[in-house]
This record gives sequence, structure tokens and C-alpha cells, in this order.
Amino acid sequence: MTALTAALTRLIQTRFGPSAEVREMTRLSGGASQETWGFSLHVPEEAPRQLILRRAPFQSTAKGEAIGLVREAQVIAAAAQTGTPVPEIVHVCSPEDDLGDAFIMAHVAGQTIARKILRDEEYSLARPLLAFQCGEAMAKIHAVAPDNLPSDLPISHGLDQLDRYEAIYRGFSMDRPVFELALSWLRQHAPAPLPTTLVHGDFRNGNLMVNESGLAAVLDWELAHQGDPREDLGWICVNSWRFGVRDKKVGGFGSLEDLLAGYQASGGQSFEPKDVDWFQALGSFKWGIMCLIMYQAFATKADPSIERAMIGRRASEAEIDLLNLIEGRPHA
Amino acid sequence: MHEAPSSEELLGSVIGFLNHIAAPQLSGQAAFHARVAANALALVEREMAQRPAADARARSLFAALLNDEASTLEALNGQVCAQIRSGQLGCDNPALLAALREITSAQLAIDQPSYSGLNP
Repeated sequence: MTALTAALTRLIQTRFGPSAEVREMTRLSGGASQETWGFSLHVPEEAPRQLILRRAPFQSTAKGEAIGLVREAQVIAAAAQTGTPVPEIVHVCSPEDDLGDAFIMAHVAGQTIARKILRDEEYSLARPLLAFQCGEAMAKIHAVAPDNLPSDLPISHGLDQLDRYEAIYRGFSMDRPVFELALSWLRQHAPAPLPTTLVHGDFRNGNLMVNESGLAAVLDWELAHQGDPREDLGWICVNSWRFGVRDKKVGGFGSLEDLLAGYQASGGQSFEPKDVDWFQALGSFKWGIMCLIMYQAFATKADPSIERAMIGRRASEAEIDLLNLIEGRPHA
Repeated sequence: MHEAPSSEELLGSVIGFLNHIAAPQLSGQAAFHARVAANALALVEREMAQRPAADARARSLFAALLNDEASTLEALNGQVCAQIRSGQLGCDNPALLAALREITSAQLAIDQPSYSGLNP
């Protein structure tokens, strides 16, 4: 038994009794700073439960804007209270659990791979429902009471993010005229911020668990913060998350009108499509800079993988999307 | 002086090896990275074929925009960035937008020729 399984078994037996067992421990994903494990919890005379352990090893510290796993679990639990589809949080680890920064949540069955969700027959009934359901989920996220959130959850509005990503871009000393033009356009057209709500911060294909009837759970809350609710609405419209299905603005599966209708139907504010445009452009700009950040991780040998290097060459996809948005092209 | 096999032939051969021999015999992350490696070499192949003409075209577009026929592409690119930052060039300039669209499209034709944003 590995040290990790031993520590997890001690925790599980404290929670669920001395006969509880951890079985089928499987590494699901993760890089150097964060790990995701699946396992099966066996308690005598109960049906086995499929659970997920997310953890950051002891020595690592939260990078960039990530809020850390304990706060992430607190935000997920708060979002559950307003009816957001999220995995049930089973346990938030404390230092005596000996698992590092970690939490345990229920496994939610489904698919997160966009190319399958957008193309496989299995999801043909789900696809027309998804944009509306995403709108409903966002309205519930944005309705979370601030008192239920960690008190130190970062506050970041659209212009704060523009400032931060511009500073990162300037730090790279790369001259990219389209990013310069996007910065100038975004500054000229910035809307006045709306009252602060909880923002998921990374609501897009890849972080959405989808089954045959549609949205099953919203995952990956590590970029959650307090900010402008339109940020989530704009981010899922970024063309990079449409995986080639560019006439379906929301994630390649639906229309912005459906997203906004679902949002309003679940108690969200009434927005027009044009209210989302600026945040979509901000999203494409951020994605372009993220591509450069990933290239830098390769260039500095922090992550020497060929995959990191190749993501650097995706900055140009953000550039063409920004030009399409600035020029108001159809399906931009 | 001697180019048999040529760089292009060697690249094509390595891409074929990665996709058709190495990747099918690997699993998990290693198989994935073998395919990414093949994609990276295909990008290099496109870059070798397209970069010289793309850079020459970019230089002539920026030279016309700035009325500067003498400077290098790198210097012109830096100048365009500086003028956008200072507000001398902006979204209201159709020649700037047309130049950036053409240059970005040429870059994407190297980086990711199937990207949907190329044909809005």
C-alpha cells in the first residue's frame, strides 16, 4: 500500500468506521502541482461509492490565480446550496489528514471531452439543451450569497484582469500587434462593472460534465473569484471552446440567446447578446496570453513537454478571433 | 551541398514513423505525446515552406503602412506595436486591420491551418 493510500484509508476509517476500505485507487489526471485520483469506498452492508480525491502535494503552493483546493471545496459547497449542479463535497482535508491541500468529492458520471460531446451520437439529445442549462447553472452560481464564500476569495473585475494579463504580456517582451490592438479596443470599450457576484472563472468545455440528458456537473473551480457575472457568460463564447463548430457560439453546442434565456429563467439578470461581447473579447485576449504563459513554462524548462511548447503556437488562434471580434464578423 | 534525402523528406519520414509506428505501440500519455510530436514536426514542415514568403509579405505590408521601406520586419513590427500603444494606429485604420488580418492568417496557416477562425 502506498503512503497516499494508507493516509486516505486512515481518513476514510475515521469518517466511515474501522471496516471502511479504499479500493481501485487510480490516478486520473494532473500535473506536478495537482493530482486527481478516483477510488471506490467500501463500507460493509452499503453499496460501494465512487469518489474523487483532489490534492496538491505538500511542497507545492497554489500557482497564479488558483485559489487552492480547500477554498475550492468551500466554493463548490456554497454553489451546491443554490442548486448549481456540482459534485457533492464529501470531505475537506485538514493538516492532520496527512494528504496535503486536498478534498474528497463524489464521482459524477459523464463526459468532459468536447470533441465527443459535440460529435458523438450519445449526446445528440443533450446538445440542444446544453446552452440553456449552462445559463441556468451560471444564474445559480451568480446567486451564491457572499457570506457563504471564503472571506479571502479574490475580487477581480474585467479591467483588473485586463491589467493583470497586460502586465504578463509586457513581461514577455514579445511584440504582437494584434494583442496591442486588442488591448486598445478593450480599454476603449470597457463597460462599467456590475455589482460583484461569485464567478466560476473557467466555465467552458472541458470543465463541464455532460451526460445523455445534458449538464451533469460544473467542475474545476480553482479560478473562482468575485467579479462581474458577465465574465462567465463571455468566457464560454470564446471560439477556442467551440472546437470547430463556430456557428454555435456557446461551446459549439448552442446559441447565446439560449444561454441568456436559461440565465434569466433561473433568476439571473436580463442581458442582451451585446452585453457579453466585451467579455468574450477579454476571454480571447486572456486565452492568447495563457498560450504565451504555457510557452514560457516550456522555454524556462519549468515544463519541458512538447505539448506545452505547441500550445504556444495557439496564440495566433486568439489573434484571429480578436480580429474577427473587433471587426464584428459573423460567428466571431 | 548534398541534400539527398532533403530536410523535407527526413521530416516527412519522422512524422510517418511517429504517427504510424511509434504512437500505435505506445499507450496513455506517451502515445498522446508521440502524436503531439508528429504535429510539431508537421508545423515545422509548413514553416519551412511558408515562412520566407509570409515574412516578405508581412514586411511589405508594414512598410507600406509606416511608409518605411528600409527597416527590417522585426523593427517594423516593433514600430507598429509602439504606434498602436500610443494611439497613432488604431481600430479605425482599415489598412492596419487588413494588414493584421493577412499576417495573422498566414501565421495560422503555419500554426493551425484547420482553425475555424480563419474563415469567419
